[in-house]
Amino acid sequence: MHSRDLLISGGRLVDPEADELRRADLLIRDGKVVALSPNINADVPVLDATGLIVSPGFIDLHVHFREPGQEWKEDIDSGSRCAAAGGFTTVCAMPNTDPPLHDQESVRFVVERAREVGLVDLHVVGAVTTDLAGTILSPMGEMAAAGCVAFSDDGRPILDSGLMRRALEYSRQFYLPIVQHAEDTGLTRGGAMNESAISTKLGLTGMHSSAEEIVVARDLALLPLTGGRYHVAHTSCARTIELLRRARAEGLPVSCEVTPHHLALDEQAVSDCDYDANYKMNPPLRSVVDREAMIQGCVDGTIDAIATDHAPHLPDEKEIGFSAAPFGVIGLETAFSVAATTLLPHMSLRDLLRLLTTGPASVFGFKDRGRLAPGLRGDVVLFDSESEAVYSVESTHSKSRNSAFDGMRLQGKIVATVLEGRVVFGESR
Amino acid sequence: MKLNDAPGLDRKDLLGLEELSEREIRLILDTAREFREVLDRPIKTVPAMRGFTIANLFYESSTRTRMSFELAQKRLTADSIGLAVTASSVKKGESLRDTARNIEAMRVDMIVMRHSQSGAPHRLAAQIDAHVVNAGDGCHEHPTQGLLDLYTLLENLGDLRGKRIVIIGDIAHSRVARSNIHGLRRMGAQVGVCGPPTLIPVGIEDLGVTVYPTIEEALAEADAINVLRIQLERIGVPLFPSTREYARLFGVTPARLEVAKREVLVLHPGPINRNVELDSRVADAPGAVILSQVTNGVAIRMAVTYLLAQKTMKAAHALA
Repeated sequence: MHSRDLLISGGRLVDPEADELRRADLLIRDGKVVALSPNINADVPVLDATGLIVSPGFIDLHVHFREPGQEWKEDIDSGSRCAAAGGFTTVCAMPNTDPPLHDQESVRFVVERAREVGLVDLHVVGAVTTDLAGTILSPMGEMAAAGCVAFSDDGRPILDSGLMRRALEYSRQFYLPIVQHAEDTGLTRGGAMNESAISTKLGLTGMHSSAEEIVVARDLALLPLTGGRYHVAHTSCARTIELLRRARAEGLPVSCEVTPHHLALDEQAVSDCDYDANYKMNPPLRSVVDREAMIQGCVDGTIDAIATDHAPHLPDEKEIGFSAAPFGVIGLETAFSVAATTLLPHMSLRDLLRLLTTGPASVFGFKDRGRLAPGLRGDVVLFDSESEAVYSVESTHSKSRNSAFDGMRLQGKIVATVLEGRVVFGESR
Repeated sequence: MKLNDAPGLDRKDLLGLEELSEREIRLILDTAREFREVLDRPIKTVPAMRGFTIANLFYESSTRTRMSFELAQKRLTADSIGLAVTASSVKKGESLRDTARNIEAMRVDMIVMRHSQSGAPHRLAAQIDAHVVNAGDGCHEHPTQGLLDLYTLLENLGDLRGKRIVIIGDIAHSRVARSNIHGLRRMGAQVGVCGPPTLIPVGIEDLGVTVYPTIEEALAEADAINVLRIQLERIGVPLFPSTREYARLFGVTPARLEVAKREVLVLHPGPINRNVELDSRVADAPGAVILSQVTNGVAIRMAVTYLLAQKTMKAAHALA
């Protein structure tokens, strides 16, 4: 059994809700933070953090680990390794596995598997409907008892307004949010990229951004009626952010996330990549204006969290033509450096870390993590925020290789990840 | 023939007209002109490409484009084989990478590829050393069709600078339209498009074309019109109410052409839906150059094949 005691010494500690960086040691005992102060002496293993920043472990609200059912793409073991390498100590797995995570048995299976692997604290976002079929509500109460932190039919939008109403009403009793994959599929059928002059030039069927906006607008109209909590997965367009900004100002219980790729890339990347399906994701990479709105949403606090939508697919599955290829990219290992590269010109490191820690923690109601404070989980990440390197996907721990950032120069490097006092990534130096 | 002096195209593949310079287009058209003469001789073959192997890989059904390519290859004495790949193997998720590896293993020098997906030949070309010619990819480009349209227009109009060419029909789903737009603009023509609003794609103006709100305005200004084949449905979605209504609103008829210039040229990539997008009386009138397009297509495909292969051929001869 690994020790759950650890002294992280010599680093600069940053708590996203505290004022500034401070040089201090951090002591974890039995998996929990017990002390933060300069020059702690304790008879426990030491992790030297000299020259590094020490932050609460990152929290990802949105991953696909493909287990059960599609273990050739990823499994809980390989997905957990990606999470640890990316500085994530908490991940929330989406239910679109095979079978889906739509009852207490399937939820327990995945949570148990992740515990055996022991590299990341995995939580489940349970299905809203049985078989993700969009008809019958799943047993949310049983799944909540089994540890679900939210409900979503991610990959498939909840299009029926009556069903969405019932989902928001029913989930209210568990204080858990409904996570919407906002896409009016009547507008996106056969689509492969954002609809614009670029899709027209490339001859690819477009997925207009109004498809996202329409569903979000409809859902917001249901909130006062239902009293439910609402979270928008992978927001991608300016008008969605504007709708959510207004809803927030009205005091509606809304939250949203953005992926690193929607912060860093726009649809021009699809034009430049010569039909490389590693730039095909849903929602698609949007316009420059949309991308700027995502950054602005992070700056002004409309966006709560950066979530990866880590979605592994094997090279041969992606290489069947751009239109036929499945949507999605991996992202856990590059999330921090992509976010740092994209956002640090616009915001402080502390504000950036909020999007990876306290922001997502409050969305899914994690009260025992997200900050560095006595009594909280000893989940910590050590990084160098300034070193630059060219990312190579060959270094990934994923079973897949579908990164949109292969060959890109990125800033920021995860050096070590600590889960409840255990070093799960990196070496003691 | 001065063919052996031709410099060849300094590129491995022909994937689209968007990336071709005016100089490259002129080289292809000039070379095609020489091959076009060969096609009128009693013996229509030139022994230019003996020992050069071409695979015609058609993932989407096609009769005339495939026949045109095969004929062009035979006229050049290249060895060619046809592989009709059924649409189902695409649905089975066949990897383009596997396809590429297999073809490479068979030591083929050139692949002519037709595919229902935009960009499929681009992915193939990036992964193999063999030359790739795009014979139509999804809704993206159909460069040899664009070139044969340019050839036919130049043959009849002399110069395209300042000439106005209007493409009529389903612009959104047409690879012929995109290749025409790029090629025509490169040659100095003014390009217009016209069709039901549901078939005019978002942002088409960014390609440098004028969108005509009515067919009457389009016809009044055109030196030539390229009438596209119309299909009621795309991936099961009806794009306009009926072919009858399409014919009534956008069909090119003798009555409509009364507002047009007397000598307006009529092109159609074939096969024609007679009396839908194009009235038979127009299709069969002297202004229609549709059959010339077909003949010119063989010459264009000979030229493209020959010019792309130049470097490979010369290297092979140096070895021999």
